[in-house]
Amino acid sequence: MKKPQIFGLFAEPGRWQRIAFALLPFVLMVLVYLYFSDVRLAENPNDKLLPSFTQMAEAMERLAFKPSKRTGDYLFWNDTLASLQRIAIGLSLATLAALIFGINMGAFNGLFALGNPFLTFIAMIPPLALLPVLLIAFGIGEVGKVALIFIGTFPIMTRDMALSIRAFPREQIVKAKTLGASDLAVVYKILLPQMMPRLITALRLSIGSAWLFLIAAEAIAAQEGLGYRIFLVRRYLSMDVIIPYVMWITLLGFLMDYGLRLLLRWRYRWYLKG
Amino acid sequence: MSILLSIVDVYKQYGDKVVLDNIDLRVRQGEFCTVVGPSGCGKSTLLRLILGQETPTQGSIEINRKPAQLPDTNRGIVYQRYSLFPNRTVLENVVLGKTLTEGRWWDPFYRNKFHLEEALYYLNRVRLADAANKYPHELSGGMQQRVAIAQALIMKPPILLMDEPFGALDPDTRADLQLYLLELWEKEGLTIFFVTHDMHEACFLGTRLLVLSQYYSDDRGAGDSANRGGKIVADHVLSRKATSAEVMQDSRFQQLIQQIRQEGFDPEHLQHAKDFNLDHPDSFQTLLASEHKDAS
Repeated sequence: MKKPQIFGLFAEPGRWQRIAFALLPFVLMVLVYLYFSDVRLAENPNDKLLPSFTQMAEAMERLAFKPSKRTGDYLFWNDTLASLQRIAIGLSLATLAALIFGINMGAFNGLFALGNPFLTFIAMIPPLALLPVLLIAFGIGEVGKVALIFIGTFPIMTRDMALSIRAFPREQIVKAKTLGASDLAVVYKILLPQMMPRLITALRLSIGSAWLFLIAAEAIAAQEGLGYRIFLVRRYLSMDVIIPYVMWITLLGFLMDYGLRLLLRWRYRWYLKG
Repeated sequence: MSILLSIVDVYKQYGDKVVLDNIDLRVRQGEFCTVVGPSGCGKSTLLRLILGQETPTQGSIEINRKPAQLPDTNRGIVYQRYSLFPNRTVLENVVLGKTLTEGRWWDPFYRNKFHLEEALYYLNRVRLADAANKYPHELSGGMQQRVAIAQALIMKPPILLMDEPFGALDPDTRADLQLYLLELWEKEGLTIFFVTHDMHEACFLGTRLLVLSQYYSDDRGAGDSANRGGKIVADHVLSRKATSAEVMQDSRFQQLIQQIRQEGFDPEHLQHAKDFNLDHPDSFQTLLASEHKDAS
């Protein structure tokens, strides 16, 4: 008997088939875009809605490789750097806070009783509704944007940490105690190392919403940043800038996710195998 | 040998449900005490009480003449699963007790050469020195349990508790590990409290066999209204002569199994609490007037 390769419940597509299948939707998307873009541009060469790839490349060349006339900066790289910096600071702080608060809340029932109801409440606040508050409180500098990313991602990650510690096999904690661990040693030498891969997973899931909050904050008040640029050029209907920027943001998000996945595979084999 | 574990008049209740009902037990140092019973008899609860993971509703539990505290180094434990820490290598798992006791909680890099040597010694004792740098998920179930035993032994616990440690293993590995555990028990002079639901295992391993069961009667009336929990319904002395699996074919061994099956596992066979077969010299029983009218 030969297993089917593509169709049916028992199909086992080969390596190249899987790669081809993965690429297929992307290729289709590009083709569909090119077709409609061509149709519109043939009708009106000044159409801005669906720019051709050449137009996008020209726009990006201007932004990425030629200094801006007004400030002398390379805008694209400036924007990228500013946005990445905000995301990195916001997510790092949120991850660190989730680790410390989540682990202690999950491990110590007293702290859980203290923190969990409040955190559940905080997690329900739509972070974007807080954006005006943050802008008023912290001004239009970096702090407000970082704070939004933090507030948007920290409660969910913390809750995930706390709840997964509470679902942790009790046996391991008792075992560690019989091996002479103090309460703090159980938390920081037994639970914390085992929670790291879980934290990385929670962080991966938070990357998407971190970008959402960043773009929103930059759209409203900023002088630079990927989100700022998109909303700035929107006034001139510059789809030739917006589309590459969106692709770039997507790529950055994907690379961050991929990097964390590699980290998991490299450092935490026991987690993936266990 | 002195009395190591002493349990007097212990009750354990969850809500209205009585799980352990007036348990009396003394275990002497060096004993290999096996506990067997049908599911729901409270044997795991008894183990958790001794371990300090739970507190008795009534009664006292003493280890080395001191009231049992929350889990600490006075007891070692080997579980069926979850004994090993998956993020640590075999060697790190075995040395962990030393690291946790001597190292500070905030210092993840604490290492001590002598401790590592000691851990290797114990790994040699369980014949796993070759696997020192592997992770638990790379080992078979039997090897994992051997590591778990080494991990507990390095702390030299006064009493080693084992909760169905071989329950998830295939029969061959299981038989191997039983013989192997007996060897360790003999050489290291361990005191072991071994909980299992397998009568053959219990009879084969122990020097003393306790049958814990909820199937018995007393003077508190019949039916559900009595709300009885598990009791030690039999306490046998086992002769530990041969350390080979051949005893299992022995007719006396088969007889004993039959007897235990009747004493503990047969819901129809209800022995009265005053007639329990408690022939071990350390065995004692304090019945309340309600349980046995002639007692007081």
